[in-house]
Amino acid sequence: MMMKSKADEEDYWNSSKFKAFAFDDADDDLSKLKESKMAVSSIGPLIDEEEEEWERVSWSGEPVGSISWSVKEMAASNQRADREPAFPKISTETPSLNKSQSGLSLSSLFKGKGRGGNLQSFSDMLGDSALRLYTPELRKPKSEYKDLLSDWTPEETVKRLQQGKAVSLEKFRSLQDKLLLLDLAVAAHDGNAITAVLIFLKRTLCKEVLFREMESRQTALRHLIHLLTETREQRLLLELLRALGRTEEAALLQYKEHKNITDENKRRDFLKSCLSLQFAAEDLAHIQDHYTLLERQIIIEAADRKAEREGKVEIFQKCPRKASILNMPLITTLYYCCFYHYNEPEGTFSSPGNVRQTFKISEKQYFTTALAARAKLKNWSDVDALFSSRNWLGFAKKKSPLSFQRVVDILQKNSAPTHVLQEYVALVQDAELRITLAQKHKCHDIVINTYRDMKDRHLLAEYRKKVERGSAEERKIEELLSNPMAPLSSSEPSWFCCSSQTLGGGGGGSTPQPADDASDVTQAFVGSSSFILLFQSSARTEADLQQRLRRETTDTCEKARSSCYMYGRRAQAAGGDEEEAEEERIKAAGSDLLIGPPASP
Amino acid sequence: MAHGGRKDSPELPDLSLLKRLVRDQLIYLLEQLPGKKDLFIDSDLMSPLDRIANVSILKQHEVDKLYKVEFKPIISISDQLCFLIRPRIQTVKWICDVVNADKAAGKYRRYKIIFTPQKFYACEAVLEEQGIYGDVTTDEWAFYLLPLDDDIISLELPEFFRDQFLAGDQRWVRTAGSALHLLYSLFGPFSKIYGIGRCSKMTYESWREQVEEGEQRARQAEIGNVFLIDRDVDFVTPLCSQVVYEGLVDDTFRIKCGCVEFGPDVTSSDKSIKVMLNSQDKVFNEIRNEHFSNVFGFLSQKARNLQTAYDKRRGMDIKQMKTFVSEELKGLKQEHRLLTLHISASESIMKKKTKQDFQELLKTEHCLLEGFEIRECISFMEEHINRQVSMIESLRLLCLLSVTENGLLPKDYRALKAQYLQSYGDEHLLTFSNLRQLGLLVEQQPGETLTVMESRVGKLVNDRTAGKLTDAFSSLAKKSNFRALSRKLNLVPKSDEEYDLRVPKDMAYIFSGAYIPLSCKLIEQVLERDGWIGLEEVTRLINGHEFAVTAGGSGADSKSKGDSQRIILVMFLGGCTFSEISALRFLGKEKGYKFIIVTTAITNSSRLLEAMLDNHV
Repeated sequence: MMMKSKADEEDYWNSSKFKAFAFDDADDDLSKLKESKMAVSSIGPLIDEEEEEWERVSWSGEPVGSISWSVKEMAASNQRADREPAFPKISTETPSLNKSQSGLSLSSLFKGKGRGGNLQSFSDMLGDSALRLYTPELRKPKSEYKDLLSDWTPEETVKRLQQGKAVSLEKFRSLQDKLLLLDLAVAAHDGNAITAVLIFLKRTLCKEVLFREMESRQTALRHLIHLLTETREQRLLLELLRALGRTEEAALLQYKEHKNITDENKRRDFLKSCLSLQFAAEDLAHIQDHYTLLERQIIIEAADRKAEREGKVEIFQKCPRKASILNMPLITTLYYCCFYHYNEPEGTFSSPGNVRQTFKISEKQYFTTALAARAKLKNWSDVDALFSSRNWLGFAKKKSPLSFQRVVDILQKNSAPTHVLQEYVALVQDAELRITLAQKHKCHDIVINTYRDMKDRHLLAEYRKKVERGSAEERKIEELLSNPMAPLSSSEPSWFCCSSQTLGGGGGGSTPQPADDASDVTQAFVGSSSFILLFQSSARTEADLQQRLRRETTDTCEKARSSCYMYGRRAQAAGGDEEEAEEERIKAAGSDLLIGPPASP
Repeated sequence: MAHGGRKDSPELPDLSLLKRLVRDQLIYLLEQLPGKKDLFIDSDLMSPLDRIANVSILKQHEVDKLYKVEFKPIISISDQLCFLIRPRIQTVKWICDVVNADKAAGKYRRYKIIFTPQKFYACEAVLEEQGIYGDVTTDEWAFYLLPLDDDIISLELPEFFRDQFLAGDQRWVRTAGSALHLLYSLFGPFSKIYGIGRCSKMTYESWREQVEEGEQRARQAEIGNVFLIDRDVDFVTPLCSQVVYEGLVDDTFRIKCGCVEFGPDVTSSDKSIKVMLNSQDKVFNEIRNEHFSNVFGFLSQKARNLQTAYDKRRGMDIKQMKTFVSEELKGLKQEHRLLTLHISASESIMKKKTKQDFQELLKTEHCLLEGFEIRECISFMEEHINRQVSMIESLRLLCLLSVTENGLLPKDYRALKAQYLQSYGDEHLLTFSNLRQLGLLVEQQPGETLTVMESRVGKLVNDRTAGKLTDAFSSLAKKSNFRALSRKLNLVPKSDEEYDLRVPKDMAYIFSGAYIPLSCKLIEQVLERDGWIGLEEVTRLINGHEFAVTAGGSGADSKSKGDSQRIILVMFLGGCTFSEISALRFLGKEKGYKFIIVTTAITNSSRLLEAMLDNHV
């Protein structure tokens, strides 16, 4: 340290030569370094550097770049003049169509020497990787002779940072040096190195200067924001965003804090305080809604909890609440109100009408939610009223802002009985869709009537096989078929074609299913351009599989039964209980389908 | 797969070498802390660790107890603690708390942190700030690459995507470069490298520097070519529903580290089972790349064959039966077990998909891809949102609409956003802000000329018609990059043609013949053209950063004729989906290539979008 060895001196000259090059050779790629110089000397308005880089830096056929180029230079001048870089450097910033087409031939690195035992040799390499990862030209002279880490040049320092080695940044004291270091790290595209320099800058520069310099360095800025997010230095991050005029981001960041507040009253107050932040106009309306909603939920929750405890309100006894309504989305809240507070006068906070008005919920949305809630309660007269109340032309026809197909879907998911479903299936306009739905939900009358209207004898005859023996439906079909009315045509039912194929069939003892049973599962899966082959129970060849499935069916049926009347947890986000009920239904249906006719014992 | 394709595909290199290397290195690191020690493992490192080591190996190296990092005070009584973690500030802070709590209690222990795959300065800075730098020794375990299968390697870094593309933090660039360098050292030298995307370029640069820093050992190349691609080059593909078996299993059950957990609905018992899904599973291997519609036929055929094989024993005498039991029965039982499993899984998938109106969902997706009946698609999405069907699914459709249409019309954007917030909670404001930043869900900027036109026409007609006209004009005027790309590259096959999924004619089969994944199409084109020549318009639409470089010199081209030239390493930066892997396998068979897929993580639409939620603060 006191006496510099000769090697050390050589080293000194080496790096100085390197430095001289870096600053004097005006090269495109070096412009970044110049910029950092400019940035410190000029206080004028700063241009967006990143934009500049895209424009100015061009892909160069020559492997010229600030750091790696210089390292290569030294390599060439040191011990390995014979070695050329294997692959060309490409600019990481600018696309250049013409040049990137041409591959460059530069290498002599790829000389085939024959491959050594690869496992062994690579393990060796890993073993002392710490050494081997050095660039040779940096490694030997420096690591052996240098006493102080602080003797590294900015370029070498960044290189070491990239390699994950110890560095000392303390010697970079002038702003110019600090920024040079930062720009070199950015030029190396190494996030770890960039962050390392930023941590150093954050420690050694006052906020004002740090923030000012970030403005023209977008890449570094994003790293700083991410660092502060991860270290949870919320206050500093907010200051940074505000200093840069990114007020919307700052507002959102502050708003995000509400998630950390568990007490609902404190959370509500916090949301209220957010209203004064500088959100985009459109977002502010949402924050307002968020606040109003929570405020209201607190009121409803308090009242309902009390009502439930006192046991005076029937609905809470019949369908006890599974969870508190606090912090649920608006639509869940509306559903809750439609479920528990449907007939309240509009003046109360919990009446659905009031919620609808306060939050300007669309007619369709309101309708959908109310329908689901009343169907869940199996209150079919309320369901009915939803349709007819909006018909002022003499109640002649049911109207719905939702397609009737969707209506049927919602009702069915809430286990509506056939006679209710039938009423709405009949209102589906499209004949083909109506038949599909009718078959799916076993509304035989509709199917039969539609076929009758289509005058399709063949389809009717086919359908006879699917209705119960000796049922009223069968009789009706017989009647129609024996009636020598206008000739019934006999076209092929097109929507069955996918399911008519019989698969499998070894010695399992089961017989193929009637096609239509499977078709609801299958058809739902038919892709736009292909039919799916039907998978049937006969593919299962083992008797034990059958047994297993039979057990499953019994189980699920029981489960389905017991879960019928409950107000399931309509959990946040996901479709909640509606889906659960459906799950059960499909389980039962699916297993049915797979079991086949009673197997021989 | 039922189609022809070339039979002369080259052999893949043995990737299990990677596992042996990291296992040895882990053992070496554990030996650096001699004596009994308790090991704390980051929860998301557990599965990867499982793939390369097991408890007995750890025990052999004096690991006493194993714990998962849970950010709670620890209960260990060991005097040596070892932490095996990802380099995350939160985890390091927790370790600092542990050490400081020990100090306060006057407890003396030795601590070691092993960061994998590398350490970050920010983590060490935390150690320093918390005053425990020096009390804790640190190490790095260069566990960059985990082979998930014969042709899939994962970095198991799901956070790569969010860090790189949303936060703009380039911390993993070096990691990706090092991973590539490791493959280069083991299976290189590479002769050609193609790439597209900003991160790809940086990764290439990082790798190139490491090549120059290191020492070159020349040898016979096993992997000839490399293709690097950024995830943000193609967001459309990962947003589509997967319908190829492996992708569908991933979408439905979530494959984690090559392993899936089938719940009671599949196992038909009260417990779940974990199953490895890879080429070792003979049944799975035959159906993984198939369109789901073919899977049933295949499985039932298999079941029939199995039945026949079992039935053989009926007419057997004792001796034959003995041979049967000793030679065939075990294999048959194994096959039976696998078959049962995949049949049940398929059933379960069917049920789940039926429940969620999958057909309608697919129809909507296909319309979006074709740019057809967009209004109907939007009202389908609205209904989806209104009924509070899956929060992620709704978001996925919105994003797909945005990326295929180059953003939503301002009025649609506002209406859909408002409804979304009503249905799923106002805090999703943060999600929308993230998606906008990433460019996944944005508002269209109306062109000026358009506004002039509009107002002129608007004066002539009444309001309602004007609204309709606005729609019409906007859809004429907006230039969707995806549409243009789709036309240029023929990504959407003509819908009037029949598409036989059993005999696929191109990669579109992975999406029921409706769409050829952009990412894979680019790879196909570049390999075919040996570069980007003729694709200038395409790269301009993608926003460039494409490159194609050749390792020249005498060394490389002497072997450029060999098999290794037909082995192509495709590195996805930011994740790839199983569907893309299936598509590339198909392409490989067609053209006589073999692809090795390296990805920062396996992704799908749910993972992609979940990464955009702000669940943590």
